[in-house]
Amino acid sequence: MRFFEDIEIGAQREVGSFTFTAEDIKRFATQFDPQRFHLDEEEGRKSLFGGLAASGWHVAAVCMKLMVADGQRSAAEAAARGEKVAVGGPSPGFRELRWLRPVLAGDTIHFSSRVETKRTSEKRPEWGILQARNTGTNQRGEVVYSFLATAFVPRRNAGS
Amino acid sequence: MTTLTFEDFKPGHFGTFGPRHVTREEILAFAAEFDPQPMHLDEAAANASMLKGLSGSGWHLGSIMMRMLFDGFIGRTASLGSPGVNEMRWLAPLRPGDDLTLDVGVAEARISRSRPETGIVTFKGTIRNAAGVVLCEMESPIIVSRRTESGTE
Repeated sequence: MRFFEDIEIGAQREVGSFTFTAEDIKRFATQFDPQRFHLDEEEGRKSLFGGLAASGWHVAAVCMKLMVADGQRSAAEAAARGEKVAVGGPSPGFRELRWLRPVLAGDTIHFSSRVETKRTSEKRPEWGILQARNTGTNQRGEVVYSFLATAFVPRRNAGS
Repeated sequence: MTTLTFEDFKPGHFGTFGPRHVTREEILAFAAEFDPQPMHLDEAAANASMLKGLSGSGWHLGSIMMRMLFDGFIGRTASLGSPGVNEMRWLAPLRPGDDLTLDVGVAEARISRSRPETGIVTFKGTIRNAAGVVLCEMESPIIVSRRTESGTE
């Protein structure tokens, strides 16, 4: 996580990659999205997805997992340099989330994040509000997932 | 039980589902795996955060909504999947012990141009806690088979 002032429009970060195993896909689906094409290989093959497909919510949750890990890595690096560490705020929501292609068992998805807009919060002057386009791309270079995220990011001199 | 098809979804209120009880343990488990920010995992850090107390991940709330949609009607609907979520608004924090109610409305139902044997039903989902506070609102299209002459597959 970085401070509002340090974030540049258009800046892109490579967030990380994740391989979806059949076991992972079924475990998440059993808990949150037990539609037949997320639970069974044969049902997946017969569906529009053409194979055992991860729930879209699973893809979204894994994207968040990698974003948080990336933020924690950069916070640790900042701390190691003796810099002040930014702690991120919550998100008021997202828009334009698209599951563009299925994520099938064995697929490796690489996630990246590109800053689209930033503004200061009128109601909370110690915070800025950032919009970023987050995307997931599979091992064949096909974009499978995209959404426009919004989040509160701390301003550097909030406390002063 | 009959399977719901495109024809069963008309614009307007569709149904109310739940309540679904959410425990502290499941909030912590989801956060540990998918969203390990201190505001979702650590009581002291959460109290100091903008949300002023331990809260569930918004992605957990979205996933719980998916499960409530499945239990409510998608599990008996000829659903072919969803292309995405037009908008999600996280309006108030999910707290340990919340009992969630899901209201579902149909915003739009139209026949697919590219796959005329299917329709696209755009749902609006609203989750409230037991006090009636809206925690989130979502709008999402789902692809649903149309009824065939020989009956639904």
